[in-house]
Amino acid sequence: MQSTTPHNEFNPEQYQLSVQGLFLRFGGVNVLADVTTGVRKGEIFAIIGPNGAGKTCLLNCINRFYHPNQGRIFFEGHDITGLKAHDIAQLGIARTFQNVELFKGMTVLDNIKLGRHAHLDTGVLSAGFYFGKARRTELELRKEIEETIIDLLEIEHIRKKKVGTLPYGLQKRVELARALAMRPKVLLLDEPVTGMNLEETEDITRFILDIHDERDVTIILIEHDMGVVMDISDRVCVLDFGVKIAEGKPEEIRHSELVIKAYLGEKDLTYSRLGA
Amino acid sequence: MRCGDFKESYLEDEKIFQTWFVKFWLGLLLVCLLLFPLLADAYMLYIANIIGFAIIGAVGLNLLTGFTGQISLGHAAFVGVGGYATAILMTRLDLPFWVALPIAGLVTAGVGMVIGIPSLRVKGLYLVIATLAAQFILEYVFMHWESMTRGIRGINVPPPRIGGFVFDTERSFYFITLILVFLGVAFARNLVRTKWGRAFVAIRDRDLAAEIMGINLFRYKLAAFAVSSFYAGIAGGLWVAFMKIVTPEHFPFSLSIQYLAMVIVGGLGTVLGSIFGAVFMTLVPELLNVLTGATKYLFPGMDQLFIPLKEVIFGVLIVSFLIFEPHGLAEIWNRTKNFFTLWPFSY
Repeated sequence: MQSTTPHNEFNPEQYQLSVQGLFLRFGGVNVLADVTTGVRKGEIFAIIGPNGAGKTCLLNCINRFYHPNQGRIFFEGHDITGLKAHDIAQLGIARTFQNVELFKGMTVLDNIKLGRHAHLDTGVLSAGFYFGKARRTELELRKEIEETIIDLLEIEHIRKKKVGTLPYGLQKRVELARALAMRPKVLLLDEPVTGMNLEETEDITRFILDIHDERDVTIILIEHDMGVVMDISDRVCVLDFGVKIAEGKPEEIRHSELVIKAYLGEKDLTYSRLGA
Repeated sequence: MRCGDFKESYLEDEKIFQTWFVKFWLGLLLVCLLLFPLLADAYMLYIANIIGFAIIGAVGLNLLTGFTGQISLGHAAFVGVGGYATAILMTRLDLPFWVALPIAGLVTAGVGMVIGIPSLRVKGLYLVIATLAAQFILEYVFMHWESMTRGIRGINVPPPRIGGFVFDTERSFYFITLILVFLGVAFARNLVRTKWGRAFVAIRDRDLAAEIMGINLFRYKLAAFAVSSFYAGIAGGLWVAFMKIVTPEHFPFSLSIQYLAMVIVGGLGTVLGSIFGAVFMTLVPELLNVLTGATKYLFPGMDQLFIPLKEVIFGVLIVSFLIFEPHGLAEIWNRTKNFFTLWPFSY
């Protein structure tokens, strides 16, 4: 098992997306402390850890939604630490959220279409007259979304519904669809199967694997469902209180003492002596 | 027998008017609107023109407030900027109305963008106050920049003309208004079904998620302010050319409130709603005027009671619309339509 990589050995060229020496502080609290990790092209990479370990914060830093106090973020050989949140989408880093962040007043179709926003360059005049380029790009987009995304995720029956009226499980699926419309090279999934029953979990996991195989997308996954994590990920990174405590293949992580300690705690001798 | 509405291409499904039924009735409406000036008297045509200006202004405000979620209390001031810009361009530079109007629209769009800058930092009620400030600052400018606006004396504006034909009556001006309303509504309706409209709604529904989806918040909020102000500018320019004069008291704060009321009563976030709202807010007070005028003859000596009652009834109507249908007149319209799609067999 490889432990925390020392900085001088870290080479961003080896990864598609990586963070190096990342610090994030809210006031006096270190939310992320010196996190260095990376994902290789085509991998399914899971980030796990107890609640409050800083997993979502790490994704938010990659999205440039939070600004890390220290450290750098690399994507395909470029330093993207200085970019703005809306530039990240254009690079091909797509994202779903822990608490569904869909646009509730829009239809499913419009939500998915919105995912392509950064790749459309319709001018305001052309859009207003719905003429020439605007009309052509809109129709191409519709065709592509219908035939590749809606079909893949099996949401044909709700495409005209307002998102706010849909049940949670379907909303999660629509959010995945929207992320796919962003033409992702890397897909960041924040707890994609949380709150789902077994069947829905299996569906979503199957979609994730389909997307990974068919579209050649690198996937970074935060998940508490260890069954899913251990089954589908190529490598796992474990965070605890903002510190990376382990990284490696699922079977290595499963037996790592540090990880077991972080999740289950230590055997407390005081209490055991009391017979509790 | 064809028992439903089936589409065979994505183009058909993306159309605004999807069935022949809808197209037929809209065609009929257009014919009625074209024939209207032949039958109506000058007063009815005056009201029709005012409704037209209100529709253009309300569509603009709905793009900003209903679609993008940026509440503005300065819309009347933008209408004023458009009005003054048109008047000044026509009188100082002797530009024809047809050139002055679009330039005035662009000038207003520019002013709107400047006013919109705080929207990047402040939201909701705080933005309301920022735009309120704009309303009062601009009103002050109309009043006191005497060398340009001639203060409270106002500027007299020549009517638009093509060749030898002068649009100086309610009847002839009606056609200018009709064409511009048509263009304005079509433009807005198309805009909201493309990338721009989706970005606007995304900013309204969840601005932080919108940014992660690749929407440049600064650019799109300013774009919403610009487009909305452009509409206001056009409405102002038309108004001024129609009234043949522009003075500061044409664009009071209460007009901003009235625009906001149109958008809310009509339905936030629908282009159709802005039309309903504008018609309602302009027509209902006039109808109530007519009604109180009639009751004067039926119940002589009761004017004292009926004239204030008019305002009360208008207020009650607005409040009851908001209570019974918070999504506005457009939603009532949709429900009625849905009811009749399956009528008389509801299953």
